[in-house]
Amino acid sequence: MTAKASTANDITAADLETFLYDEADLLDSWRLEDWLELFLPDGTYEVPTTDAPDGSPDTALHFVADTMTVLKGRVGRLMSPDGYAESPPARTRRFISNVRLLEADSGTIRLAANFMIARMKKGAQDMFIGHYDHLLKVVDDGELRYQRRRSVLDLEALRPQRSVSIII
Amino acid sequence: MTEFSEPGGQPLIVDDAESGVFRVNRLAYASDELFEREQRSIYDHCWLLLGHESELTEPGDFRIRTLALRPLIFCRSDDGRIRAFINSCPHRGAELCREDAGNRSIFHCMYHSWTFKNTGEVHTVRAEDGYTGGFRREDFNLKEVPRLESYREFVFICFDPDAPDLTTYLGNAARYLDDLADQGGNGMEIVQGTQLYAARANWKLQMENVIDFYHTVPLHTSYFRFLESTGADISGGVGGAGYDLGNGHSAVHFKAGWGRPVARWEPRWGEAEKHRLEALRADIQSRVGPERAEMICDWDCNILVFPNMTVADVVALVVRVVNPIAPGLMEITKWALAPKGEPAEARSRRLHAFNTFLGPGGFATPDDIEVFEGSQRAFGAHRELAWSDFSRGYFGEATRPEAEVQSDYEGQTRAFYREWARRMNAQVTNRTATGTPREAAAE
Repeated sequence: MTAKASTANDITAADLETFLYDEADLLDSWRLEDWLELFLPDGTYEVPTTDAPDGSPDTALHFVADTMTVLKGRVGRLMSPDGYAESPPARTRRFISNVRLLEADSGTIRLAANFMIARMKKGAQDMFIGHYDHLLKVVDDGELRYQRRRSVLDLEALRPQRSVSIII
Repeated sequence: MTEFSEPGGQPLIVDDAESGVFRVNRLAYASDELFEREQRSIYDHCWLLLGHESELTEPGDFRIRTLALRPLIFCRSDDGRIRAFINSCPHRGAELCREDAGNRSIFHCMYHSWTFKNTGEVHTVRAEDGYTGGFRREDFNLKEVPRLESYREFVFICFDPDAPDLTTYLGNAARYLDDLADQGGNGMEIVQGTQLYAARANWKLQMENVIDFYHTVPLHTSYFRFLESTGADISGGVGGAGYDLGNGHSAVHFKAGWGRPVARWEPRWGEAEKHRLEALRADIQSRVGPERAEMICDWDCNILVFPNMTVADVVALVVRVVNPIAPGLMEITKWALAPKGEPAEARSRRLHAFNTFLGPGGFATPDDIEVFEGSQRAFGAHRELAWSDFSRGYFGEATRPEAEVQSDYEGQTRAFYREWARRMNAQVTNRTATGTPREAAAE
């Protein structure tokens, strides 16, 4: 999106903030097909379970552990009239803060940030609280792209939040 | 105990075999009084799944868990036995064990510093010389759940000291647990990572849903479309048949077009995996014989163990417990069960398949929850719209050959509600002759 840099070493924390804020806008306005463009072709989207936040998708059960094939299917479902959990879509609003650039070695950027995502639908207001542990790369045109988008919930359980039917 | 009916005198169940009508009064999902009665009539007497022995490998291992609204310590004591205690200090009530999981020989109460061995005996009473007269140490041992038995490493508890033993209770459902336990030659284990979630709806909606094969394709069309896009052949639907196993338990057998981790191969998994699964199938056959090996390897199966345990043995093996919290709130816990020593690649594929379809972040469960919660909101109108229908396949059921039973015929759901009604001593009518029950309720 707006970050323009030639290498990972040129990226600043401010670039990362801009990237996350723009992403939040895409998600809250349900422009999910545009959001998919933020991923590398071999990118992943992960949400570990609340009792195994450090688990690997290969050895621990997750809420979400999408390859790009699955993530494209997820977005297709979320935008489809028969993706019933989010059709009609919930209102969501994301608050992202404490954005930090942890590492920018060997071309990969490790980003940490905190999030609060409110989901409102049918009289229920659910708050998803957690932190991001993302890996990003800078592609040829200077844009940031997800290698791994990992949303770690700080909730003790999805109770009463019920499901992660939205992108968190 | 008098029969329990709706305040207006309407029965809670219509079960008319002659005309093939089976209906459940929606009050059953919405009433505080019925919820309390379920706790006393069902949850105080039935065997309930607490966990799996693989979760407690070493003496001293413990996990805290809530079941039937009781806070529990699930532990392997220093003598090697698995026990379940009420997680409350027998002295004055404080929560005794305050971590989710860990390893301890001694549980220490934060309030007055009494301590307890993990076998249950009170260990130290602080300043014990202040207690004289009728004080007896043994009155303060940890309160053990009255009954705890394992079947093939599935650990069940029961709050009724006089209940029949677990194997008798499981009855015909036991052999289904055998088929799960025998998938791994080295035993089975709960995989790290638990899906702890909830739905703002009555627990029975989740139980119905697991054995409801009428909803599978229409509600989950978007998931099936995704499956097809990845090359799975599900054009034949899921087929199969439902079985009433007695005691409220049921199972649905079916064959869907997806691969099974034990042991139905899919072309996209590659030739090496084909050979591994052939060897695995041969191993299972040598252990359990060809008939059971076919059930284990070739058939998908959903199982309901009354009242609140379900298993989905499909693209992965899902064990679930549904905990009623209030008439309109349930808490759900889902574990992945898998063979010990499964190769890393197969384990990874199993878990990815589970995540994609079967959990609260998957492609299907959120839609089920959406149905449950929307239904629950509507049950406030149970006086106007009194009945939910479970009649599919009922007419002619008694004389239908087994080969003609369909998985979406709902006999398994009727079995669940008959056991529910029996234990609740709920009023059941077989008379629909004076008009449909719905019209009667509107009078």
